[in-house]
Amino acid sequence: MKNKQNWIDQRFPLTKVWNEHLAEYYTPRNFNFWYFFGSLAMLMLGMQLVTGIFLTMHYKPDSAYAFASVEYIMRDVEWGWLIRYLHSAGASAFFIVIYLHMYRALLYGSYKGPRELIWILGMVLYVALMAEAFFGYVLPWGQMSFWGAQVIISLFGSVPVIGPDLLVWLLGDYAVGDAALNRFFSLHVIALPLILVVLVFLHIVALHAVGSNNPDGIEIKKNKDKDGIPKDGIPFHPYFTVKDTLGVVAFLWLLCAVVFYAPALNGYFLEHANFIEANPLKTPEHIAPLWYLTPFYSVLRAIPPMFGSQFPGVLAMGAAILILFALPWLDRSPVKSIRYRSPIYKWVLGVFVISFIMLGWLGVQPVTPLNALLARVFTALYFAFFILMPWYTSIGKTKEVPERVTG
Amino acid sequence: MSEQTIDLKKRRFLTKATSVVGAVGVGFVAWPFLSTWKPSAKTKAAGAPIDIDISKLEAGQLVRVLWRKKPVWIFMRDEKALDALNSDGLIKSLDDPDGTGNSKNQQPSYVTSNFRSIKNKESVAVIVGVCTHLGCSPTYRPEPGAADLGGDSWKGGFYCPCHGSKFDLAGRVYAGVPAPTNLVIPPYRYVSDSLIRIGVDPEIT
Repeated sequence: MKNKQNWIDQRFPLTKVWNEHLAEYYTPRNFNFWYFFGSLAMLMLGMQLVTGIFLTMHYKPDSAYAFASVEYIMRDVEWGWLIRYLHSAGASAFFIVIYLHMYRALLYGSYKGPRELIWILGMVLYVALMAEAFFGYVLPWGQMSFWGAQVIISLFGSVPVIGPDLLVWLLGDYAVGDAALNRFFSLHVIALPLILVVLVFLHIVALHAVGSNNPDGIEIKKNKDKDGIPKDGIPFHPYFTVKDTLGVVAFLWLLCAVVFYAPALNGYFLEHANFIEANPLKTPEHIAPLWYLTPFYSVLRAIPPMFGSQFPGVLAMGAAILILFALPWLDRSPVKSIRYRSPIYKWVLGVFVISFIMLGWLGVQPVTPLNALLARVFTALYFAFFILMPWYTSIGKTKEVPERVTG
Repeated sequence: MSEQTIDLKKRRFLTKATSVVGAVGVGFVAWPFLSTWKPSAKTKAAGAPIDIDISKLEAGQLVRVLWRKKPVWIFMRDEKALDALNSDGLIKSLDDPDGTGNSKNQQPSYVTSNFRSIKNKESVAVIVGVCTHLGCSPTYRPEPGAADLGGDSWKGGFYCPCHGSKFDLAGRVYAGVPAPTNLVIPPYRYVSDSLIRIGVDPEIT
């Protein structure tokens, strides 16, 4: 055994990599519930890749056959329904995990220096994941696939001057059709998964170079013993591999409950209208993107057209996503963790979470005068969280941060 | 030769020059790849004009056809509907009734302003059925006074289910809705009294 290991180590740094990232990667010992979601996100990526590979074996990316091929997977392919529901419910589960993972970063200031690049890479991952999910939702070629694609791609058509030509170039046609379906398929199964895997690799390399943050927001590397090991750190393997396995079991239990008993989750994971084949002549009565995109969709709808153009709304939607990238530089607080922040910050974060959830909820509701007004109010609060951040994080009394991690 | 010192200035120049030439090369190579996304020859051929026979079209009736993969409506308006399109009450509630403002590029020059149809053929409307907001296809709601669309102020028209935009029976947008402009009128001509060709302008006589 030792000989074989030596043989490999002389040719590939196996032991070095194992130690650097698992056996001797020292992780703060005070990780709590919120620290399950990084490994769960990796699990979901793996599950989507495996189920996706098998779906691709039976799916046909042709507007004449796509809808029927998905029904074929559901009815005629052995266990096809399970693979398909794992993939479709898995997409929503992936976003639940990612949103909780991002909320953890907000709670404990994980985006603050020296972890700005981890946050930026994570944000790029998030944007790539939204694109991946959007392209994936087009593939079954149901009514929502078609009209969702129509609305999202029309956003590019609103760009001044070049918009109409850009639209035709993106679609490869004068409207959403076979050309668009085929290229979205290519992006969904090859281009974006490759980008996602590379970005996850970079995200983890950056994390392991800097070291994990923790619920106290203390740099454990500042307190090392005589061997140079952080006093508050324990090896990732076996301690956190075991802890994360518990998280995986609990998570898969919940996921299976959805997959087996409510795979469409009453229209939230798979919309009802998507069980009808795409019809370019008729828009469904009510259309909305899937829940994980609706907060930004609400921002888009909240901005009225200006100067005969829908572009300001599109810009606002883009800004709502891009402003998240600036978070590490907007936050001026001397402490990282919510545990030691001023009460002002706790209130502001609470308002932000409510605004984000309300924008998401409004995004699946039909437009009424009251809903339009609410969307404007919550859009303003959403942006206020970021724009006022340099101010409200520099006022208010923070608590003293202890030397060593607690609990 | 060995005493020669390294000329860093020259080296930097060479690095820059190589990078610029390389970038131009990448641009040239990228062009064929990006061009594959443009509509193919087959797609362009499918965008050719189409002919529609309207001899059986009755007042109030609407047919939907696909032209360049987009829904196009051809429908017949009766005298009452045409009068309503000319009424001050309706015109006041529109964003750009005569198509000279935000909507000046939404129709060919040869359609009349209030009916947005070819002269002497006012009752027949040909409109691209794609909402100018985000591309949904609005629903045909010709009945005046529909309770869910504002009752008496509704003179008949189109309602977009996606984001609530409203248009009149000439495809003109109401003020204060998400859609920024009137619906598009495609180029079309009458080949005969009962045959419309969508996709080409009228011949100049």
